[in-house]
Amino acid sequence: MTGRLVLENLKHKPMRSLLSVFLIAVPVTLILCLVGLSEGMLADSARRARGIGADIVIRPPKTSILSLSGAPIPQKLVDVLQQKPHVALAMGMIVHPITSVTFISGIDLQHFNQMSGGFRYLEGGPFQGPDDLIIDQYYAQQHHLHPGDYVTDILNHRWHVCGVAEGGKLAHLSVPMATLQDLTGNTGKVSQVFVKVDRIANIPAVMAELKALLPDYNIYTMEEFTSLLTVENVGGLNTFIDVMVGIGVVIGFAVVLLSMYMAVLQRTREIGILKALGASRWFILKIILAEALVMGVGGTIVGIALSFVARALIQWLYPASLTQAVTPLWWPIAGAISLTGVLLGALYPGLSAAAQDPIEALAYE
Amino acid sequence: MSDPLIEIRGLRKIYRVGKVDVPALRGVDLDVPKGEFLAIVGPSGSGKSTLFHIIGGLTPATGGSVRIAGQDISSLTDAGRTELRKQKVGFVFQKFNLLPNLTAADNIAVARYIAGRGQIEEPEFQETLTLLGIAGRLSHKPSALSGGEQQRVAIARAIVNHPAILLADEPTGNLDTENSAAVLDVIRGLNRRLGQTILMITHNPEAAAFAHRTVRMRDGRIVG
Repeated sequence: MTGRLVLENLKHKPMRSLLSVFLIAVPVTLILCLVGLSEGMLADSARRARGIGADIVIRPPKTSILSLSGAPIPQKLVDVLQQKPHVALAMGMIVHPITSVTFISGIDLQHFNQMSGGFRYLEGGPFQGPDDLIIDQYYAQQHHLHPGDYVTDILNHRWHVCGVAEGGKLAHLSVPMATLQDLTGNTGKVSQVFVKVDRIANIPAVMAELKALLPDYNIYTMEEFTSLLTVENVGGLNTFIDVMVGIGVVIGFAVVLLSMYMAVLQRTREIGILKALGASRWFILKIILAEALVMGVGGTIVGIALSFVARALIQWLYPASLTQAVTPLWWPIAGAISLTGVLLGALYPGLSAAAQDPIEALAYE
Repeated sequence: MSDPLIEIRGLRKIYRVGKVDVPALRGVDLDVPKGEFLAIVGPSGSGKSTLFHIIGGLTPATGGSVRIAGQDISSLTDAGRTELRKQKVGFVFQKFNLLPNLTAADNIAVARYIAGRGQIEEPEFQETLTLLGIAGRLSHKPSALSGGEQQRVAIARAIVNHPAILLADEPTGNLDTENSAAVLDVIRGLNRRLGQTILMITHNPEAAAFAHRTVRMRDGRIVG
C-alpha cells in the first residue's frame, strides 16, 4: 500500500516528478562523464604510449606523469644510449602542446617505423617534405582533413597533410622532428627518449644501467609508465572529482528539497487525512522518503543513460580531443551519491510533514 | 446499567491565538452509552468540533477527563492518540476528505493498512459496501464519484476497522437533499444493523432527527 501511495503521488504530478528525476540525473551524468573522461583519456594516453613499441621511457627530471614541458634532453644523448649494451634502438621525440589536451609530436619517421612497425595509413602516406603532417583518423574526422589539405593554425606554420593514419600510436599529429625542434626553439633537443631492448629478459639490466647513467631522470619500463597513468597519479584530479561529487550531492539535495517541500505543501490536507486515519509520524516520513527514493533511483538510471548519450556526443564532436570511458564501477557510486543527496533533501519536508498538526492540516485549503 | 462507552467530565480546551487564550470548551460533561446514535447541534463556535477533535484524539484536552471504553485518553501522548485514531475511532468529514490520487477501494484499504490489518476479506464488509451502494464504484477515483458516493466511501473507510466510535462532522453539509437523506439512512442503518456508536455534528434539525438523542452546545458548554 505504501508503494501504491508513492506511485499514485508521483503519477498525480507527472511533470514535477519527471522534472525532478531529470534534475537528479544531471549530477549523476556529470559525475559519470567526468570520471569517464578522466579514465578514458588516461587509458587513451597509455594505449598510445604502448603503440610506440618501446620497452623503456626516459623523461626529463621534474616532469609529471602526464605533461612534458619543453625539450630539455640533448639529442646527442640518444646517440649515447644507442651504443649501450642490449639497446636495440633509442629514439628521441619532441612533444609540443597545441591545446590543453592535444599534442603534436616531432618524430624521426625512420626510427619510429623501426620501433613501432610504422603507421598504418588509411589515406596518403609518409612524410615527403619538412612541412608534412601525419594525422590520425580521429583528428581527420574532427577537423574534416584529408591528404593534400593544409593546416595553418598550429605554431603559425603552414603544414601539408600527407597522410591519415590509423589511431592508437603516438599523438594525434606527427611532424618531422627537425621542423618541430626549429619552430619551438629546441634545435638539437628532445622531450623524451624511447628505448627498445634486444630481449625482454634484458630490460632490468638496461633499466639499471640507465638509472646509473641518468640519476636525475625519470626512467620507467613501458609497463610501469602506463600503469602510472591513473586518476590517483594525476595531481588534483581526485580532488576535482571529489568536488564534483560534492556538487552532485548538493544539487540532488536542493532539487529534492524544493520538489518535496512543494509536494508536502500541496498535500497538506492529504497528510491530515492520513493522520486522522491513524498514520504515525514514521508512516508519513516513510512515504515522503520512499517517494524521494523512487525519484532518486529514477534519476540515477536516467543519469547513467544520459552519460552514454554524452559519450556518443563527445565521440561524434571531439573524437581527437576527448575520450570518455564507460565506468560501470562508478554507477553504484554515482547512485549512492545521488541517493544521499535525495534522502537528505527529503528529510526536512518529510519531518515537517510528519510533525503537522492533523486539525490544521485538515483545514488547509 | 453498564458503564457508558464515552464518559466526559469537566472537559476544557483553550486555544492560544497569538497572545490571547481562547476557551473552546468550558467544562463539558457527557455520557454516551455503547450503541447510541447521538446528534450534537449548536451554532458555529459553540465547541462541537473541538469536542469531536478531543474524543477522536486529534488534539489533547486542556483539562478534565475523557474515558473511552474505560481508557482515559486525556493523558495520552501524541503516539497514544495516533493509536486511538487507528484502532478506536472512525471519522467522517463534511468535505469527505478522500485521498484524491487513490481509487475508492484504495481509500478504504489504506485505512485498513494503517491500522496494521490485512486485506478486507470479511464477507460482512462486502455486504456493508453493497448496503452503502458503492460496491460497483470502488475502482473509481474520487473525482469520478458524486458527492453522495464520495461520502459513502468515506463512511466505508471510517468503519472498515470496526471502530468503537464513528464521529461524523456535518456529514451532509456538502450534499443535496436527496444525497443527504441517503447518507443519513446509511448512518442510521449502521447504527441499527451493526450497533455502531455514532456521534454526529449537524446544523440541520432534520438530520438530527435521525439520531436517538440530541445534545445542544453553546459557548463551549452543553446546554440541553
